Amino acid sequence: MTATGELDASLEAPPRTPVGPHLLSIADLGAAGIAEVLRVAEHFAEVERRSIPKVPTLRGRVVATLFFEESTRTRLSFETAAKRLSADVLSLAVASSSVKKGESLRDTVETIEAMGIDAVVLRHSSAGAPEQVARWVQRARVINAGDGWHEHPTQALVDCFTVREALAEGAQVPPDTLGVSCFEGLRVVIVGDVRHSRVARSEVLAYSALGAEVVLSGPSSLLPPSLEGWPVKVAPDLDDVLATADVVSLLRLQAERGSGSFVPSLREYTAGWGLTRDRVARLAPHAIVTHPGPMVRGVEIASDVADLSSVVVTRQVTNGVAVRMAVLFLLLGADSAFEGLGTERG
Amino acid sequence: MAERAPTVVIRGGRVVGNGGAARADVALVDGVVAAVGESLAVPKGATVLDASGCLVSPGLVDLHTHLRQPGGEEAETVASGARAAALGGFSAVVAMPNTDPPIDSAAVAEEVLALGRDQPCEVLVAGAITLGRRGERLAPLRELAALGIRLFTDDGRGVQDGALLRRALEYARGIGVTLAEHCEDEGLAGGGAMHDGEWSSRLGLPGVPAAAEEAMLARDLALVRQTGAPMHFLHLSTRGSVALLAAARAEGLPVTAEVTPHHLWLTDARVAGYDPVFKVNPPLRTATDAAALGRALADGTIDAIATDHAPHPPEAKDLPFDQAAPGMLGLETALSVSVVALAGVLGAEEVLARMTAAPAAIAGVSVAHRPAATAQGGPLVAGAAGHLCVFDPDAEWTVDAHALASRSRNTPYAGTTLRGRVRHTVFGGVPVVVDSELA
Repeated sequence: MTATGELDASLEAPPRTPVGPHLLSIADLGAAGIAEVLRVAEHFAEVERRSIPKVPTLRGRVVATLFFEESTRTRLSFETAAKRLSADVLSLAVASSSVKKGESLRDTVETIEAMGIDAVVLRHSSAGAPEQVARWVQRARVINAGDGWHEHPTQALVDCFTVREALAEGAQVPPDTLGVSCFEGLRVVIVGDVRHSRVARSEVLAYSALGAEVVLSGPSSLLPPSLEGWPVKVAPDLDDVLATADVVSLLRLQAERGSGSFVPSLREYTAGWGLTRDRVARLAPHAIVTHPGPMVRGVEIASDVADLSSVVVTRQVTNGVAVRMAVLFLLLGADSAFEGLGTERG
Repeated sequence: MAERAPTVVIRGGRVVGNGGAARADVALVDGVVAAVGESLAVPKGATVLDASGCLVSPGLVDLHTHLRQPGGEEAETVASGARAAALGGFSAVVAMPNTDPPIDSAAVAEEVLALGRDQPCEVLVAGAITLGRRGERLAPLRELAALGIRLFTDDGRGVQDGALLRRALEYARGIGVTLAEHCEDEGLAGGGAMHDGEWSSRLGLPGVPAAAEEAMLARDLALVRQTGAPMHFLHLSTRGSVALLAAARAEGLPVTAEVTPHHLWLTDARVAGYDPVFKVNPPLRTATDAAALGRALADGTIDAIATDHAPHPPEAKDLPFDQAAPGMLGLETALSVSVVALAGVLGAEEVLARMTAAPAAIAGVSVAHRPAATAQGGPLVAGAAGHLCVFDPDAEWTVDAHALASRSRNTPYAGTTLRGRVRHTVFGGVPVVVDSELA
């Protein structure tokens, strides 16, 4: 373990904005909370660049990941983040657990909590499940790792972090000097299956909280039935808004959930809302393209476009760990474990 | 009742009738109303129930109660549901047929009717329209009608096949029974978990559009016109349904309808915390819908208030919202919630009329159908059945889910303070609830 006295100095003070006790929705954070997560994540991004990318901050803490739905990157990202903070990770594989024997979500959560865990990272196909779990737990923190069509708050935080990083590169300044003011007036176009997208719901809340202008574009049948109360504009025709977009957030067409039947064909979807070579040519030079993954090449994004430098998908994955370290730290590390931050005295 | 009913005098209340209320005492002898008048003498040995400040109404009639027996006894039994009904001021409930097995045969109907004897309220039974409520073949309506069953419904589902419903209506017309529809086009409903609109969009929950109810109601009204058979519509929940029904009534179609207290009072915004206690079918709709339903009840477009009392055990409710069973308790709070929800639209006396005479007529148990001494729903005159509900419109109480007589706890009103409470219930001349407690 490296000597660490200098690097985490700014983290040794309590968080500037109280975050928590749970992270169920971006609405739990607000602009100040998002700014705090990004600030802390910048420190952990630095940790990740070390030869031994690990700090003892959450030593002795137990983080349980409960994934009731398939996931590769989100689960690995959370588990890597927890391990780099020296937390113990308890990973519940639903396929081999008593859930398959008919145990209810509530019983599963109460059983796991009885083992003394400090945080539950929950992925569930039902919207609202993390909010319900937060009512059932006694003391564990609950982190929403994606609930149905509702929200995926850490993904939106990763996207904000990645966009800021790209903006900072363009301006040739360190990202943390930008704070979150760099989002003000930014035009973010979210494209595709907003109706069934938890990423879109979290992104709309996050980007709009930070002062960006959010535009939704996609087939009308894949937009939510009502946009009352949403701080967004709608551009049915993607080509109307491409040229003025600062950020294009592509969503995956969730064909496995039947979203395919909301449009006549994948071909027609791609023709209207896919990010083709032609459309990329109409983007502003500084425009950034994000995608929460997994990408379906040839549907929402053309294969050769996916590999362009303006497409920051790989960076999103890399940043996922630092951002989730920040979330775990802010929810778990701000009290008793705080003294262990940045100092390995073992 | 088996034993001889005592002599009871209900003193000092205002007796509800003809849309108003007049100060009068009510004397009950041998299970029937012996006299209604001011300052009645109290015979020696008579039980006196104080009704000062209260409205004295015929016992309430619920057109829509899920008693869950047979098959769902962990949620409710006929006995526990009847006690809940008595506490809510009801002297008759219609048990819905979506039990396990369903009430689609004489054997099951007789079982429920037998369980309903000697309870603190009358237990009526509705039969299924189709075998197994599967919407494929007609249930034995005539055999069930012979047991006194007057209402038939596949409640919990609508009859999806319009041709089958047409046959059912034609067949029912000849027997003289009424079909009651749960209007929900399952294709349009698409497995939704709440009202399709602003809140479902925000919460990321699949929605049930208003059109799922309205499309089936429109089809059914066309079939009523086609067949001339009467039809009752269960738990209508949308403004569009009100408009369809108003047009059908103006046309003179033989239709009746009910609305639940929760659709009059609660809205889809309550789902914001994902608490499945607010999951119900049809779903809680918008404030605009709730207001339209209240007006429809006031102007007579909708006839009656019915509870859709739907008990569920915790294992069916403590689940992710989209997996939880739909339904909420209603019997013990129905009158209080209705009076609160309709404040400014309907007075308590008018609310009572929509929970007594109107549902009794639809259920086929009013004085038009039965001798006065056994009829439900009033009016409270000498010779009428001794079924009474004494309601204190000023009593405030806080709903305690654990203090309910129902075996289940899924009330959306836990912790809510309501103004107006059932004080006494008399069934067949016997006080079964006194001072808001089972006697």
